[in-house]
Formats: sequence, C-alpha cells, structure tokens
Amino acid sequence: MLGHAFRIAWKDLRIEVRSKEIFMTMAFFGALLVVIYSFAFPADAAAVRGSVPGILWVSLAFTGTIALGRAFDRERENDTMRALLLSPVPRLSVFIGKAIAMTVLILGVAVIVVPLLALWLNAPLFDYPLELAAIVATGALGIAVVGSVFAATLLKARSRDVLLPVVLYPILLPLFVAGTKGTAALVQVHPNLEIAHYWMSFLGIYDAAFLVLSLWIFESLVIE
Amino acid sequence: MNKFLVPILCVVAAVGLVVSTWLVFYGSPLQYTIDGESGRLVGTSLFFNQKIFYFHVAHAFVLFAAVGVAGISSIFYLKNRNPKWDDIAAGTTDVAVAFGAAVLATGIIWAKAAWDVWWQWEPRLTMSLLLWLILVGYALVRKFAGPSADRVAAGMAIFGMFGVPFIYTMVGADSHPGSGKNGVVATLDPAMRPAMWITVATFMLWFVLLIIVRVQGTRAERELRELRERALDLGVLE
Repeated sequence: MLGHAFRIAWKDLRIEVRSKEIFMTMAFFGALLVVIYSFAFPADAAAVRGSVPGILWVSLAFTGTIALGRAFDRERENDTMRALLLSPVPRLSVFIGKAIAMTVLILGVAVIVVPLLALWLNAPLFDYPLELAAIVATGALGIAVVGSVFAATLLKARSRDVLLPVVLYPILLPLFVAGTKGTAALVQVHPNLEIAHYWMSFLGIYDAAFLVLSLWIFESLVIE
Repeated sequence: MNKFLVPILCVVAAVGLVVSTWLVFYGSPLQYTIDGESGRLVGTSLFFNQKIFYFHVAHAFVLFAAVGVAGISSIFYLKNRNPKWDDIAAGTTDVAVAFGAAVLATGIIWAKAAWDVWWQWEPRLTMSLLLWLILVGYALVRKFAGPSADRVAAGMAIFGMFGVPFIYTMVGADSHPGSGKNGVVATLDPAMRPAMWITVATFMLWFVLLIIVRVQGTRAERELRELRERALDLGVLE
C-alpha cells in the first residue's frame, strides 16, 4: 500500500517538477505576503519577535490552502481523479500519496518563506533551526493531511475555492495556534525550549490523531 | 414519530421556561463576596448580571452537546448512508448555530460585567467561539457546496468533533472561571444549584424540541427534492 502511495506522490511531484506551476506561484505569493507583512507591522526588533510567528503561520495557511486547491484542480480538469480512484490500488494509497506530495509542496514554500522572513524582518528564526524545522514540518504535515481529505471531497463541489478555507480553518485552528505558540517560544527574547517542546508534541499528537481519522474516513468521503 | 410528541414537548418546555426563569430571579440567592482588606467587591460580584450565568451555561451545554450529536450522526451517515442521520446532523447544526450565538452574546455581556472588557480570550469563551465557528462552517458548506454538500459537511462535523480535545488542551491551560473540582459548577452555592440544573434541563429539552422540528423540516425538504427529481425523470414535471 505504501509503495503505491509513494508512486502516486512521485507522480504528483514529477508533474510539479516539470511544470513548476504550483511551487513557483506559491513561493512568489508567500514572498509577497512577507513583503506586505513587513510593511503592515512595526519593524523594531521587539515587535518583530512578537509578530513573526503569526506571519509565518498565516503565510503557510494561505499558501497551503491555495496549493491544495490547485493541486486537486489539476486532477479535476482531465477527470484524472476518477482514473486514480479506479486504478487497482487501495484508495488509502491515493490519499497517502496525495498527502505526501502536499506535505513536500508546503515544506517547499516554507523553505522560501522562512529565510525571507529572517532576511527582510531581521527575525531570529535560525537560533533554533532544528526545533523550528520540526514545528514547521509537523504543521505542514497536518495541513496536508486534513487538507487532502477535504480538497478531494470538495473536488466536485460548487464554489470549492471559497469553501476549502471555510472547511479547513475551523478544523486546523488548533494546529495554527500550536504552531504559532511553538514558534513564538523559539523567537522570544528568552527562548523557552520547554514550551516549544510542549507545542511540538501537541502538533505531533494532532497529526497522528487526524492521520488515523483521515485514513478511517477518506474512503467514505471520496466516493466518485 | 408520535404526532403528540412535539405538542407535549412544547408544553413541557414552556412550563420549564417559566419555572426556570422564576427560579433564576426569585429562587436563587444573589451571590457576592467582599474582599476583607480593601472592602471592594471581588469574585462573582456581578450583582444582577450573574443571572445571565444560568442562561449562558445552559446554552453552552447545548452547544457542546450539539457538536457531539452532529459528529456522531455524521459517522453513522458515512457508514451506512442512511439520509436519516444526515437530516439529524443538519438539523442539529442549524439549531446549534443559534444556540452558539446566544452563548457568545451572553458571554460578551458577562465579560463586560465581570472583567470590564467586551471580549476576553478566556478559555471557555474561546472554546465556545471555536466550536461555533465549526458549526457555522458546517452550515455554510451545506448551503453552498451543491451536490456533494452532505459528504463534505459530514466530514467537517466528524473532524470538528475529534478536534474538541485539542481545542480543549490548547485553550485550557489557564482557565479563569475554573473547571473541574475548583470550577464554578463544582463550587456553586448549593442554593443556586436547583435553578442552574433546571435551566440546563429546560434548555436541553427546548433544544431537542427544536431539533425534532428542524429535522422534520430537513427531511421534508429532502423528500420533496427527491420526489421532484423522480418526477423530472418520469417526464411528469417540466
């Protein structure tokens, strides 16, 4: 099952590597968000420490939702989602593959956005690179998992572009709050690793719980 | 369903509403404490504003129950595709959106009286807001998602229900009114208890009644839609 999943993820990523459509547009969009925020918030060092976690996670939320919508639109345009679901692989593989590809894409955007934040806002984001990477990675995984379920379910829905954030954000709110608080614990004047670890494990448990739930529910949600 | 159920529930709920309103205003003491050192009023020194507590708590209980009811009936719906469960989830959420709005409105009034700000990011108010947002999202999906609305909405209800423990952990670190053994409910003046529980029971009953009526409505809507589709298939309707 995992083999099929990796094959589907690899297919998605290879399309992306060749067209670069989602990655380029998302990275540019993320960079634009950072520029807008740089002007929107006060730029003194203390204020930046306060606002940078929020900026990071709002950027991830926005770019993540748009990337999800676009990635699944691609399957809709040629009705290839039906082909995927009809192919002789377990449907869970389709879901896992999609989730893996989305995680990689969101992480790719984060790799652009985080250094830009550090550059333009002088944010001390690289004081604890490993911890920050862990928080962002668990966050991206959570967005990708829950997002893949609902982007796939909304595939045929009317006004799905508007509805995707309407559905996702209330469910992902704990994730965004945990990510913001965890990042804040790392960039504040006196970094508190204990709090950062608490939110890291919160994110880990959140991901695990919603991954299990998604595996359980995906097949009954995505039927066509 | 028995045709007498709704009228009977109506009568019981109406009586309960009168009784609980009377109990809240005449049957329960006005609680206040005066700080010994400064001579100022502290704690639940809300005077008449504390009366809103009874309605606030009752509505909050209903809101929390609604998330559970919608989530569980959505699970049943996805598992056996019986539209009955979907009707229940949809009806419950419709009603719970209104009850959640009442929780937030009374919470805002309470916050102004107790802490002199209109909104405090106090854990339970936050939690009520987040649960309410899930329900509003659910209602929006139902209205605007078109043919696959039922599945998307069911998924949202289930994910929302499983998110509750996370929301609770996330906001529950430093609760002001307190929960558990030292919470408002556990340390409530015994004289205030009957009023509180009767109010809670009344509003639960009122909620169940509204759900029954609303579910009948959603079921009728669905049956009418299905009938219309069948008629269109048969060529009876243009």
